[in-house]
Amino acid sequence: MTIPNEQTGRDAPTIVEVSPADARRLVTQEKVSLDKRPKAEKLLTVKGLSTHFFTPDGVVQAVDDVSFELGYGETLGLVGESGCGKSVSALSVARLVPNPPGRIVAGEIVFDGIDILRLGEDDMRKLRGKEIGFIFQDPLTSLNPTLTIGYQIAEAIKQHMGLSSKAATDRVVELLSKVGIPRAKDRLKDYPHQFSGGMRQRVMIAIALSCDPKLILADEPTTALDVTIQAQILELISLLSDEFHTAVLLITHDLGIAAGMCDRVNVMYAGRIVETGTVDELFEVPRHPYAWGLLDSLPRLDDVRGDRLRTIEGLPPLLISPPDACRFEPRCRFARDKCREKEPALTEREQPGHLARCWATEPDGWIPA
Amino acid sequence: MATVTRPLPGQVVRERRSAGLWSDAWGRLRKNRLALLGLFMVLTLLFLGIFGPFLAPYPYAQQDLKAIQQAAADGYGIGPLNPGQYGHVLGTDQLGRDLLSRLLDGARISVSVALVVQLVILLIGVPIGAIAGWFSGRLDNVLMRFTDIIYAFPDLLFIIILSVVFRETAFGRTFDGLLMIFVAIGLTSWVTVARLVRGQLLSLKETEFVEAARAIGVQDRKIITKHLLPNGVGPIIVAVTLGIPGAILAEATLSYIGIGVQPPRASWGSLIAEGYKWIRAEPHLVLFPAICIATALASFTFLGDGLRDALDPKLKGKQ
Repeated sequence: MTIPNEQTGRDAPTIVEVSPADARRLVTQEKVSLDKRPKAEKLLTVKGLSTHFFTPDGVVQAVDDVSFELGYGETLGLVGESGCGKSVSALSVARLVPNPPGRIVAGEIVFDGIDILRLGEDDMRKLRGKEIGFIFQDPLTSLNPTLTIGYQIAEAIKQHMGLSSKAATDRVVELLSKVGIPRAKDRLKDYPHQFSGGMRQRVMIAIALSCDPKLILADEPTTALDVTIQAQILELISLLSDEFHTAVLLITHDLGIAAGMCDRVNVMYAGRIVETGTVDELFEVPRHPYAWGLLDSLPRLDDVRGDRLRTIEGLPPLLISPPDACRFEPRCRFARDKCREKEPALTEREQPGHLARCWATEPDGWIPA
Repeated sequence: MATVTRPLPGQVVRERRSAGLWSDAWGRLRKNRLALLGLFMVLTLLFLGIFGPFLAPYPYAQQDLKAIQQAAADGYGIGPLNPGQYGHVLGTDQLGRDLLSRLLDGARISVSVALVVQLVILLIGVPIGAIAGWFSGRLDNVLMRFTDIIYAFPDLLFIIILSVVFRETAFGRTFDGLLMIFVAIGLTSWVTVARLVRGQLLSLKETEFVEAARAIGVQDRKIITKHLLPNGVGPIIVAVTLGIPGAILAEATLSYIGIGVQPPRASWGSLIAEGYKWIRAEPHLVLFPAICIATALASFTFLGDGLRDALDPKLKGKQ
């Protein structure tokens, strides 16, 4: 089946669709168990992850062939604009993609030696909260309004650590003081509405940290907060992740945050990683036009007052049946015919470990280093 | 850059109580006079339902034939006694049974109908609604079509069939036929609660705190009971409170047409049915049970309306 692409007007190549039944098989084939853990070099290895949403309008390829690694104690940033697959990547790692309509259709996610796509649901639940913590975007809606703060923090502890309720309470108090909530003991019986936004995000962090996880997935943890609180929360996250030697997968659309927090950064666009490298590489010698665009759109101290902020024209493409072409091509100033003919691969640039997905910046491309 | 907050030096006395959902709701209910009146009347009804027979001047089935003969001798004719005559505050029926005592026994029946029927409704409706709402998809479809069928089935017909079939069995005779009435009314009216719970779960399960609970590895069962139902409990309470008058009325209707509680017990409905024969000469035989039914219905409705206002968070700060 060929579908004309809206933006190029040409026929898209045939796409092999993974049927929902195949996808289910993929997730359920030979179960692995939590007890047998091969030693792993990296905490998290994601290989060829594809998460698709089966909607009435077609299959949305929200995350398409994404691979990355995250070492123990490292902080990895996922940046990109809305709808380019950052959150879905993180949800896939915790296997929390809403199903239906979403499903992980291909790939391998190895967390601390375990292929989690082959874990049974019960074992997966033992990982969530215990070894993988999650900090959500909006602390105002991520806490249950009818339960006390103390209960909600203790929930994960009781679930995973098998502590008595007295010991759990002590642990909750300790966690609350750790995340900087004054007079923690008095506030256990309080409800979320008695906390401010920043304090609620501190509570969320306490929940994420409650069982000493090896990995924290922070999905835009500061987007809903104002700038000063944002700085406090980020500092708290980096402080505590250092203290507990916790790895952090930080999702953000704010390059400033990524620069300040991360060891490595993945730039995502339209469900794909388009550039990956260390923070220094990425901010000093970005090798993908989208990354230039993102960096260029930041307001700078030496901007002339009254000038308009620079933007990347256009919108990300729809992720239903994307063509075999560079996905950024319709918005790229440097695009040539080659970009419309075939999608570039993620290849190494001048530094080892610095990869980009762009014809123009390849060694034989038209934008030399 | 900012720093991590430190506790304040020195002690700050907290004078704020931890205001939860329930104390909030109670605060709002307290300001609603009609709802308080309803609450008071409901509590009175409950009290009479439980202790009424101990307060009653006579056993409900005892015939005061002496008083009837005395009345005939005194020239009042043979028939029900008027209120106040011969020591019967509200009079008697034509067999000389004290009306007040019978009304108090009827209160017990109405109260038990009110409570047990709603319990049956909750026991059926909440699980079905919760399962349908949580799992959605095919299971939801099957369960909801089933509730549609129940909803479309004529209630009264179902209850009449049930009572005709089971009348002479042990089940039909338990608690003077009351158990069958409870089950019959419950089986036909859980639909509303099931739909309500399903709707609540459908919207609540999309909330972020549910996602957050899943992200810390809470089991589905616990998410439903600990996170979802407490959030949806307000509308359920309101539906139950407002469903009670319907159940009381249904029982009264059934007893009125003679398929409810078995004689010699009397519910308010069957008292009206008996008294109806004497309505010209002795209107009090219809009037007093009718007042009882009306008062009970009104009190539950007042309370239910008040609860709805108190438990609806969207109304917070208004009034």
